[in-house]
Amino acid sequence: MAWYFIVGIVVVLIIIFIVTYNRLVRLRNQVRNAWAQIDVQLKRRYDLVPNLIETVKGYMKHERETLEAVTKARNLAQQAASSGAGERAKVEGELSSALARLLAVVERYPDLKANQNFLALQEELTSTENKIGFSRQFYNDSVLRYNNQTQVFPSNLVASVTGFKASEFFEVTVAEERKAPTVSFT
Amino acid sequence: MWEQIRSNQTRSAILVAGMGVLLLLVGYFLGLYFFDSGIGGLIMALVVWGVMNLVAFFQGDNILLGLSKGKKISRDDYPRLYNVVEELKIASGLEKMPDIYIIDDPALNAFATGRDPNRAAVAITSGLLQKLNRDELQGVIGHEMAHIKNRDVLLMAITAVLLGSIVILAWYATRILFFGGMARDRRSSSSGGGSGQLIILAVAIVLMILAPIMAQFIYFAISRKREYLADASSALYTRYPEGLASALEKLAASTSQLKSANKATAPMYIINPFRKRGMAASDLTSTHPPISERIRILRSMAGGASFANYDQAYRQVHRSSAGVIAKSALTTAEPVSLRAATPEAREGEPDHIQRARDTSAVLWQLSNYRTITCACGTRLRIPPKFKQSKIKCPHCGRINPV
Repeated sequence: MAWYFIVGIVVVLIIIFIVTYNRLVRLRNQVRNAWAQIDVQLKRRYDLVPNLIETVKGYMKHERETLEAVTKARNLAQQAASSGAGERAKVEGELSSALARLLAVVERYPDLKANQNFLALQEELTSTENKIGFSRQFYNDSVLRYNNQTQVFPSNLVASVTGFKASEFFEVTVAEERKAPTVSFT
Repeated sequence: MWEQIRSNQTRSAILVAGMGVLLLLVGYFLGLYFFDSGIGGLIMALVVWGVMNLVAFFQGDNILLGLSKGKKISRDDYPRLYNVVEELKIASGLEKMPDIYIIDDPALNAFATGRDPNRAAVAITSGLLQKLNRDELQGVIGHEMAHIKNRDVLLMAITAVLLGSIVILAWYATRILFFGGMARDRRSSSSGGGSGQLIILAVAIVLMILAPIMAQFIYFAISRKREYLADASSALYTRYPEGLASALEKLAASTSQLKSANKATAPMYIINPFRKRGMAASDLTSTHPPISERIRILRSMAGGASFANYDQAYRQVHRSSAGVIAKSALTTAEPVSLRAATPEAREGEPDHIQRARDTSAVLWQLSNYRTITCACGTRLRIPPKFKQSKIKCPHCGRINPV
């Protein structure tokens, strides 16, 4: 009788272990998927920036510094493309704010705003910025749920035995990033 | 979010089961009356329902999109709309991009349809595209995405089919009863019915009258809750409830009715296409909560965009302790901060003329018109039937090759 009891408990424990393990795998896969989505959008932005600079260069003779800042931020971001979420969020944040400054300056160039090519690029860039924001949102939500699962009892036991580590959030630290910059005509 | 979906599914399952029972009851009593066997009626009801379900499952989205006269667009047709849909696809975590349809209609409305999240479509009217700025469009698309993500689209299709089956059965039964009653009387006199027959007849008639109404009530009960949930999800995806609120405001202010909508497709749309202006807040027979109330809830979402914030706003607007979001979804909720308006929305409406032009250009293109820009700046729209190789610009007289 006691034997059946012990075997029963072991079987139940094994089932719990398998279920918890599978849930952790599912959540981790979701985090990876979400990260891949951010990556796609960030790469898309690297591709868009040179086109944008090429298009606006002819119009913006007096904005060399702004343009250079964007190019520099883009190159820095691309170099950091293989580093972790925390490091990457920082450089991408710089690129976001440099781009926001550039797009704010555009308001001073009515000719540019009539250029079809530029308008198409602007739409793409605005949308890519939004997509980065939304994929970041989804990624951070996924990380939160995954990290919670690796920390609460009893799944933290399974996580530590099978080597699930907490993921890093993608937090953009640059302030005012999603707010549009203010333009001053001085 | 996931807990909310699950809790909704249980509730919907119960309601759908209730409608199913109603359908079987109608079938049973009709069978009892017409063939003297309840089982025969049951089988008939099940066959009608089964066939309609198969059709709805495999062709439902095509039928609905066909009925609404929507035209499918690709990214190149209208990058702005495509981008907004893709943005919300990412925000909602959907795996597959839904198809996008534009309905050529000045009315302001939108709907989502599909069998499951991997095979879905959103349709929006051209009027909506012209009137909404980017933030508002995001809010509306977010609402539709939530319908797809929460699997409302399939549920709506199933309940619509159930409702349809009940209505069809009841309708044919009434016709037969009133116009084909003679033949039946002759048969029943030989079998010797009596008072039992009368009772069955009474029950059958009552059921025939009541069943469609009851089914409709259940349908509305399902759809109203889901409208609130879709609003809450849209706020959560976009982190900007004001976008959807101001979109709904524009929708409410518009007076044109959607030509291609009918009673069966009404619950799919973001606002009821048949609404009357100044509808009472307690209007129970409506598929949608009153717009003014939905706007007020969205605007009362102070301090965050999470389900908890929406629930609190709902309770505040209703002055009641009962919320609209399931408890299990609220306990796990994290604080979610709101975002600021995008420049386009903040500047007021700087480009609505441009938007109207873009939208009409898309519609011309979808009707296979070609566009040629003459050297004088005039845009010529060439109809698909035009076969000549040259066309004269009516403005400046230049000859343009087609």
